[in-house]
Amino acid sequence: MRKNLNVITAYSIMMGLIILVGIFQSWNIALSIFNLCLISAVMTMGANIQWGYAGLINFGIMGFTALGGLAAVLISVNPVQEAWSAGGTNILFSLFLVIGIVLAVRFVLKRYQKSKIRNYIIAAIIISGIIIIRFVSEPGIEAIEEVNPARTGFLGGLGLPIIFSWIVGAFFAGGLAFVIGKVALGLRADYLAIATLLISEIVIAIIKHEDWLTRGVKNVIGLKRPAPYEVNLQETDWFINLVEKFNSGKLALISDLSERQAALNQFVIEGSSVFVKLCYSGLFLVVVIILLILTQKALYSPWGRMMRAIRDNEEAANAMGKNVVKQHLLIFVLGSAIVGIAGAMLVTQDGLFTPGSYRPLRYTFLIWVMVIVGGSGNNFGAILGGFVVWFLWIEAAPIGLYLVNLTTAGLEDTHFLKVHLIESVPYFRFLMMGIGLLLIMRYRPKGILPEKIEIK
Amino acid sequence: MDFLNALILLLNYIFVPALAYGSQLAIGAIFVTLIYGILRFANFATGDMMSFGTMVAILFTWYFQSIGLTLGFLPTALIAIPFAILFMGLYMLIIDKFVFKYYRQNKSPPVQLAMVSIGVMFVTQAVVRIIIGPSDRRFFDGEKFLIRANEFKEITGLNEGLAIKSTQVITIVVTIILVSTLFWFLNKTKTGKSMRAYSDNEDLALLSGIDPKKIVMITWMIAAILATIGGVLYGLDKSFKPFTYFNNMLPIFAAAIVGGIGNPFGAFLGGYVIAFSEILLTYAYKKFFIYVLPESMEPDGLIQLLSTDYKFAVSFSILVIVLLYRPSGIFKGKIL
Repeated sequence: MRKNLNVITAYSIMMGLIILVGIFQSWNIALSIFNLCLISAVMTMGANIQWGYAGLINFGIMGFTALGGLAAVLISVNPVQEAWSAGGTNILFSLFLVIGIVLAVRFVLKRYQKSKIRNYIIAAIIISGIIIIRFVSEPGIEAIEEVNPARTGFLGGLGLPIIFSWIVGAFFAGGLAFVIGKVALGLRADYLAIATLLISEIVIAIIKHEDWLTRGVKNVIGLKRPAPYEVNLQETDWFINLVEKFNSGKLALISDLSERQAALNQFVIEGSSVFVKLCYSGLFLVVVIILLILTQKALYSPWGRMMRAIRDNEEAANAMGKNVVKQHLLIFVLGSAIVGIAGAMLVTQDGLFTPGSYRPLRYTFLIWVMVIVGGSGNNFGAILGGFVVWFLWIEAAPIGLYLVNLTTAGLEDTHFLKVHLIESVPYFRFLMMGIGLLLIMRYRPKGILPEKIEIK
Repeated sequence: MDFLNALILLLNYIFVPALAYGSQLAIGAIFVTLIYGILRFANFATGDMMSFGTMVAILFTWYFQSIGLTLGFLPTALIAIPFAILFMGLYMLIIDKFVFKYYRQNKSPPVQLAMVSIGVMFVTQAVVRIIIGPSDRRFFDGEKFLIRANEFKEITGLNEGLAIKSTQVITIVVTIILVSTLFWFLNKTKTGKSMRAYSDNEDLALLSGIDPKKIVMITWMIAAILATIGGVLYGLDKSFKPFTYFNNMLPIFAAAIVGGIGNPFGAFLGGYVIAFSEILLTYAYKKFFIYVLPESMEPDGLIQLLSTDYKFAVSFSILVIVLLYRPSGIFKGKIL
């Protein structure tokens, strides 16, 4: 108990803060913060596996998140039959061509010795393959994008429940991570950081502009939900009864019958959105707990010890007969897959897929701030980092507003400085994140909850 | 005649814009490479530092415009640059003193410094947005074109016009002056040589009596000059928006690595490699082929290798290929 005191204190303070938001702002805001905290926690667990366990820098978190989101679209949206009949064959044929190219390149790589000629052959295969694919897919893509462009204009998905996409998202992200890892893991730490950052930008560019697959910047809205809809809830009897029971104290104070009905309606509307958010919280909590158990088990297993050995001294681990390259690849894939789950969860919660909203600041650098602030190498720390940083990210604007009002209390309301500062309150979150990160890195470089190695 | 038309077409749409864009990237890439070579970390705050310098330049431009000080047909921002450099240098030295110095003295691994630079990135971004706001700003004044497309047509009697914006010429001229002075400084002066020595082998340089504090300070000052001028030139040519500047960090990194990180000359050429490949691969060659080929062979499609949406993706793919086959860059990196 004693050992874990700081963990328990830190988490209680965090929960207390969220409850305070619930009391003083509204339970709706508190729950949406909590849900995004949980999603951030999943992302930080992924990043923490890579950075904390193995010391790999992955600045491509945004790309994996977006792939997870793409999985949510491809799984849950109903297939667009017309589009399939218009251009489906071309797309499928192109897909076979892609597989063909990959196999051909593999064959050349296996069959021939490393040489200049081999490089040229590979380049020739890839370039000619791309040209053929363009010729094959172009008419198909055009046909697909012409099918009712205002509402569909893409192939659609499989029409399955969206929950499945969490697993598929993990596979998507893991697959991409396998390719990137094969290519880039040999690079030095800072090169790997830049390479992954740029690759994730390429992924986003593709998702944004391949309209036949993702609808691109036209966004996909109204995805299926694993939770009930507010509108339906507001009409169900058991839910109205439940809300009535919860608020019976307040309702009893209102004597007028019609007023009481109006108040009840108001409570039902508020309650329905809180209830939906609670459903999501439950689902996300299950994911977080499962992942936490798995990652903790992994951390204290022989495999976890090996990973730390590789992280702390690559050469020594290599000399001990551990396959560093293979383990790095494995952990890169695992971590990215977890991030992919988070990406799918995010899209599930929002109910919409907006490729334009994936920006490195929010989905890569902020996650890194979370990992560093929380404590790399410690799963509880990483999750706490996700909570703390997301909480501050959202609450920075109110806090900033309060600070501005406090410091400029002597000025008139129309003073240009005060007006300007109040207008720029949304940007105080960047300032807070930056200063927070710098302070933590300077005075507590291992994070709020530092890594603890205990041999069990 | 058709051949001339085709040539002018390429000049107008590919060569001139790519040269200007490449120069802007090149200045940024030298900035990245200097920090990497001497201070030994990948500076993720590059784009935001450039936007800070540009912001100060814009504020001075507005001040000069309000007191009626202009340069006639040249943009007022050119007089604002020296003042902006002073502020930028001050800002960088303050950041170095309070942030980077500690890690440098503790000999922290480069990764940690890169993480710290992310903190600086957040702070700088906040400062810029709080002071000037996130919106798009144009601060160009003076003559917009050196040669207008229709004037060119009238003079030469060709079908294709060649438009040269004055900002493009300013960019190229300033880049040539700046970069040649920098190379002269690095290669000929004593301070420049000691900087190169420090970059090459820190311990040996310290043994021969080179003052590391002086080297670091001069590096930041040069970085301030590069960041401000690079940022202002980009802002004059396009427009100033903090978010775009943050994004520009990516092709700048690509340029620095493609050229061989730590090698200023490589970074300089890397900027052009990135700019030209971006524009060459995403340009629609239809009109060009109409001029060059006989009528019977006229193309139907746009003859575009990649859609312009993939502009950034092109430079990143080049980077990935270079990293795979020649991680030290086209010109061997890490010799300053």
